[in-house]
Amino acid sequence: MSALIWRQYRLERRMFWRNPTAAFFNFLFPLILLALFGAVFANDQSNLNVIVPGIAGMAVMATTFTALAFSMTFLREQGVLKRIRGTPLPSGAYLAAVFASAVANAILQIVIIVLAGRTVFGIPWPPAPLELVVFAAAGVVCFASLGIALSHAIPNFESAPAYTNAIFLPVIFISGVFFDADKAPKFLTDIAEALPLIHLIDGLSGAMVTGQGLSHHWSDLAVLAVWSAIGIFLAVRGFSWEARRS
Amino acid sequence: MSNPRPPSDPLAIEVADLVKRYGAVEAVRGIDFAVARGEVFGLLGPNGAGKTTTVEILEGYRHRTAGEVRVLGFDPAQRPRALRQRMGIVLQSTGLYRHISVREAVVHWAGFYPRPRDPDEVIALAGLIEAQGTRVRALSGGQLRRLDFALALVGDPELVFLDEPTTGFDPAARRNAWEVIRSLRALGKTVLLTTHYLDEAAALADRVAIIKDGRILAEGAPGELGVGATSRYRVAWRDAAGEVHERITDDPTALLATLTTEALARGERLEELSVTRPSLEDVYLELTAEVTS
Repeated sequence: MSALIWRQYRLERRMFWRNPTAAFFNFLFPLILLALFGAVFANDQSNLNVIVPGIAGMAVMATTFTALAFSMTFLREQGVLKRIRGTPLPSGAYLAAVFASAVANAILQIVIIVLAGRTVFGIPWPPAPLELVVFAAAGVVCFASLGIALSHAIPNFESAPAYTNAIFLPVIFISGVFFDADKAPKFLTDIAEALPLIHLIDGLSGAMVTGQGLSHHWSDLAVLAVWSAIGIFLAVRGFSWEARRS
Repeated sequence: MSNPRPPSDPLAIEVADLVKRYGAVEAVRGIDFAVARGEVFGLLGPNGAGKTTTVEILEGYRHRTAGEVRVLGFDPAQRPRALRQRMGIVLQSTGLYRHISVREAVVHWAGFYPRPRDPDEVIALAGLIEAQGTRVRALSGGQLRRLDFALALVGDPELVFLDEPTTGFDPAARRNAWEVIRSLRALGKTVLLTTHYLDEAAALADRVAIIKDGRILAEGAPGELGVGATSRYRVAWRDAAGEVHERITDDPTALLATLTTEALARGERLEELSVTRPSLEDVYLELTAEVTS
């Protein structure tokens, strides 16, 4: 089973790198944002301390939530899922490989953002590496499952960008990716507090900037866990190997 | 419970009283058929007849509403991996990773199966040698279909499902696909083929079931179909005035006696007299014709 997952994972990675659009949006886009905002806030350490974990949180959401909502919609509509399902490859092995591929992108992004933060903006190495691993893992599980769940609601691939961006863009905005969320109007922070991204960013901020341990962020982890449970429930319940009959 | 039958079981597929409902729509209304090992069996019928629904139940994609189904001794609804290792599927329409090359796809698919065929041999069989380095997104429709064949065959399956495998092919590509299907038969594989092309069913299938509105209307070898309840003989001739006549009858002996007696009495000859059994096409058209008042 693990050999099958590994083999499928390697295929998914090769296919990912061969798709320049996906590679661009999942990979370069957050880095470009980091560079732009880094340039704007170049001499303002407190803003950089907000922007680096913010971009890291956004990158986790982009590589898992957005990427999986896109790719599952595409693979389902194209009939790739149906074809795979007719082979002896166990469904669980296939989905594990797809999930692992999204995780690989998220890890790559976090590593690059940490490196960029260190070398370009002089932010110290993450003071709480364990917390970084825990929150990255919690964020990946949460947003990957929500992305797959969302793909069930997207009627066709043409409308996938509209559906995902209608969620992704407002959420990254109100969750304090680009500014300190505490400075936003209260009704916006109230909405953001109910959603998972702000809690992922809080946890990453603790790991990457303030060095607060896990003990300061149990409530953030709890919110991520609740959203993960919702995401996994909806992802599994609504899962379909085929496009809906028209 | 799926009790795999011993390999000596002569039947590859058994379908008994199969029913499939989608809400209020009854797509399959109680059909029975059996496919022997090594046989090429054709499900022939117009669009919407229930062919694909039937095949997708046998492939394990859909759950039946009622009835009994056995595929290589397994219940396909439980999707046992041992069954999926022994069958190959060409779906009616299906996609693939856009950025995978033909050869990569065949090699990767080979890895899904316990005893695959040599990928290069399968690429050659499918007529894809020149396209083997091409990415899927750059393939023509016909090449994609041939890749579907290659991916279905690379696992060296005992049983191959082909759902309208040549729809959209040009005549040369169709002949090629027919050769591939004949080669499967020569290897002793069982093939379940759906098609709405009569010539395809007649050329390839050992036995054909004509299906319409979820029911099997007739079943038999393509040459024999029509012998039975719906059997008719066609008697045609040209009279002295040069007019062509045609009669369909259940009893050609009596009709011929009448016709010849009358012609002799008039001192005429029955030019171009012929008695033919209905072709598969005649049976098909007769059986699937909409009843219009």
